[in-house]
Amino acid sequence: MVTFNLLINAVVTGILLGGFYAAVTIGVTIAFGMLDIVNIAHPVFIIMGSFVAYIVNRHFGFDPILTVIVAAPLFFLLGIAIFRFYYAAFESSGKGSLRGLAFFFGIMFVIEVTLLLAFGVDYRLVQTSYIGPNIGFAHIDLPLRMVVPFVGSMALVSGLYIFFGHTFIGRAIMAVAQDEFALSLMAVDTVAVKQLAFGVAIATAGIAGGFLIVIQPVDPSLGREYIGRVFAICVLGGLGSITGTVIAALILGVVETITSTIFGPSWAPAVSFAALLLTLAIRPSGIMGR
Amino acid sequence: MVALFILALSRVVKNEYYMFAGYVVLQYIVLASAWNILGGYSGYVNFGSAAFFGIGAYGAVVLDKLWQPPLVVAIVFGGIVASLVGLVTAYLTLRLRGVFFAIATLALAIVLQTLVMNWDFVGGPLGYYSVRPDSIAGFPSYVNYLFVIMLGLALIAVLVARAIELSFIGRGLAAIRDNELAAECCGVPTLRLKVFATMVSGGLMGMAGAPFPYYITYLDPNSAFSLAHGINSIAMPLIGGMTHWIGPVIGAVLLAVIQQVATVTISSELNLMIVGVLLISFITLAPNGIVGLFERYRQKRQRRLST
Repeated sequence: MVTFNLLINAVVTGILLGGFYAAVTIGVTIAFGMLDIVNIAHPVFIIMGSFVAYIVNRHFGFDPILTVIVAAPLFFLLGIAIFRFYYAAFESSGKGSLRGLAFFFGIMFVIEVTLLLAFGVDYRLVQTSYIGPNIGFAHIDLPLRMVVPFVGSMALVSGLYIFFGHTFIGRAIMAVAQDEFALSLMAVDTVAVKQLAFGVAIATAGIAGGFLIVIQPVDPSLGREYIGRVFAICVLGGLGSITGTVIAALILGVVETITSTIFGPSWAPAVSFAALLLTLAIRPSGIMGR
Repeated sequence: MVALFILALSRVVKNEYYMFAGYVVLQYIVLASAWNILGGYSGYVNFGSAAFFGIGAYGAVVLDKLWQPPLVVAIVFGGIVASLVGLVTAYLTLRLRGVFFAIATLALAIVLQTLVMNWDFVGGPLGYYSVRPDSIAGFPSYVNYLFVIMLGLALIAVLVARAIELSFIGRGLAAIRDNELAAECCGVPTLRLKVFATMVSGGLMGMAGAPFPYYITYLDPNSAFSLAHGINSIAMPLIGGMTHWIGPVIGAVLLAVIQQVATVTISSELNLMIVGVLLISFITLAPNGIVGLFERYRQKRQRRLST
C-alpha cells in the first residue's frame, strides 16, 4: 500500500534524483541542443568519469567528486579531440547527420567494450564519508549520497547558466546555436567556438560521472540506461535551454521515483521513453522551446 | 542460384557446427538487408534493430506457450507485430527531424527489454526454454531445418530489398535521402514512403527473430534485445555499401564470418570491439563501403581506358 508518507519521500527523492539528471543531461543540451551534434555516446563518457573517480578513489582514497572536478580539463581536451575528428570527417563535408550518428554509435561501443575488457562486468563503488548516513527531518529521510550529488549538480548547472548568459565566450556559443552563418559573416571562427562548447559538454559528462558513482554502483554497460533518459529530458526541456533542462530533469526524476515506488523499480526506464514519445507527439518543441 | 547451391551443400555437409554458424550469417543477411531498406535508401538511422528482432523472438515464445504452431506461423506473426510497432514509432517520430527517430528507436530496444523483464508469462528475467520438436520430416536434423528456413528468409529479404530499390518506392526514398524538402515539393509522398519502409524493414527483422528461440533453445531478455543486433545491422550495410542491395549482403557475410571466427578463437567481447572499430574506420575513410570502393576503382579504370 502506498501511504502518504511514502509518497512524500518519493517526491523528495525524485527531486534529488532529478537534480542529478540535470547534470547528466546538460552536456547533451549543449551538444545536441546548441551545436546540433547528436552525441549518443554521451552516457558512455559519464561512465568513463565514474571509472576515473573509481580508480583514483580506490588507489589514493581521494574524494570521487573532487577527483572528477580536477579531471574535468582532461575530459575537456578529450571532447575537443573528438570534435576535431568529427568535424574533419563529417561536418566539413556537409554529410553530418547519418554518418555522424553511426560514428558516435561506434564510439559508444568501442569505449564500452574497452571498459568491459579492462574492468569486467562487476559493479564498482567508491568509499567516502557521505555514502551511508541519512539526514532526516519530520518524516523525510534524505540519504546524503543523494544530497551531495544534488548540490553539486545544481552548482554545475548554475555555473553553466552564468557562463552562457554572462561571459563573452558563453554568449559566443549561444550565438553559434542561434545563427552560425550570420556569426561567420562577422569574422568569428565558428568552428573554434563549437569545438570549445563540445569540450565543455564532455567535461560536464566527466563531472556527472563522479556524481553517478556516489549515487549508485557503476558497471560498464550502465550507460545504456541513460541514453533514453538523457534525450527524453533534453527534448522535454526544449532543445538547448538550460532552464528547460533543469525543469524537465526534475519532472522526470519525480515521475520515475513515484513510478518505481508504486510499480517497482524495474519499470523506471519505461518512464523516460513514454516521456520522449509523448513530447514528440504533443509538443515537439518541449517546455522551453522557441 | 547461390541459395540453391547452399541448399544442396546443406544436404551434403554433415558437421552440425557449420549449420549452426551459417544460421547466424544468414540471420545477419536478413537484418542487414532489412535495415538498409530504411537506413540505406532513405538515410534514416534505426538503432532499434534489437527491438524488432526481440519482438519477433518473444512473439514466437508467446505462440509457443499458447498452442505451439508451426514455425512459419510464428515467423509471420513476429513479422506482423514488429511491423505494427514500426508503424507506431515511425508515425510518431518521422514527422519530425530524423534524429528523433534514431533516438526513439535506440530507446525502444531498452524499453521493450524492461517490459519483457517484467512480463512473467514469457519468463521475465529468468528467460524461457523452448522445446524443439524432435524432427521435421525431410530434414536430417532440426538445426538443418532452421538453417533452411533462415536461408529462405534471407532470400526473401534480399529480393524485397532489391524490388524496393528498383521500384518507384526506392527512387522516392533516394530522393528523400538526397533532399527531403525538394522531394516533398516534387510530390513525393515522403511521410508515407518513410512509414512504409519502416514497416517493411521492421517486419523483416521481426521475421528474422522468430526462429531465434528455437535456435538457441534458451531465450532471455538480454540475448533477445542485445544491442549487438543493433550495431551489427548498422555496421554491416555501412561496411558493405548502402546504396546497392548487394552491399548489406557483402557486409553481413564478411562481418558475421569474422565474428564467428573471433568467437571461436578469441573472445566474444572482442567481437563487438572489432565491429565498432570497423564501423568507425569505414564511415570515416570509405563512406560508401566496399561497393563504393569497388565502383571508384571501376570508374578510375574506365577513365584510364578511355584516354
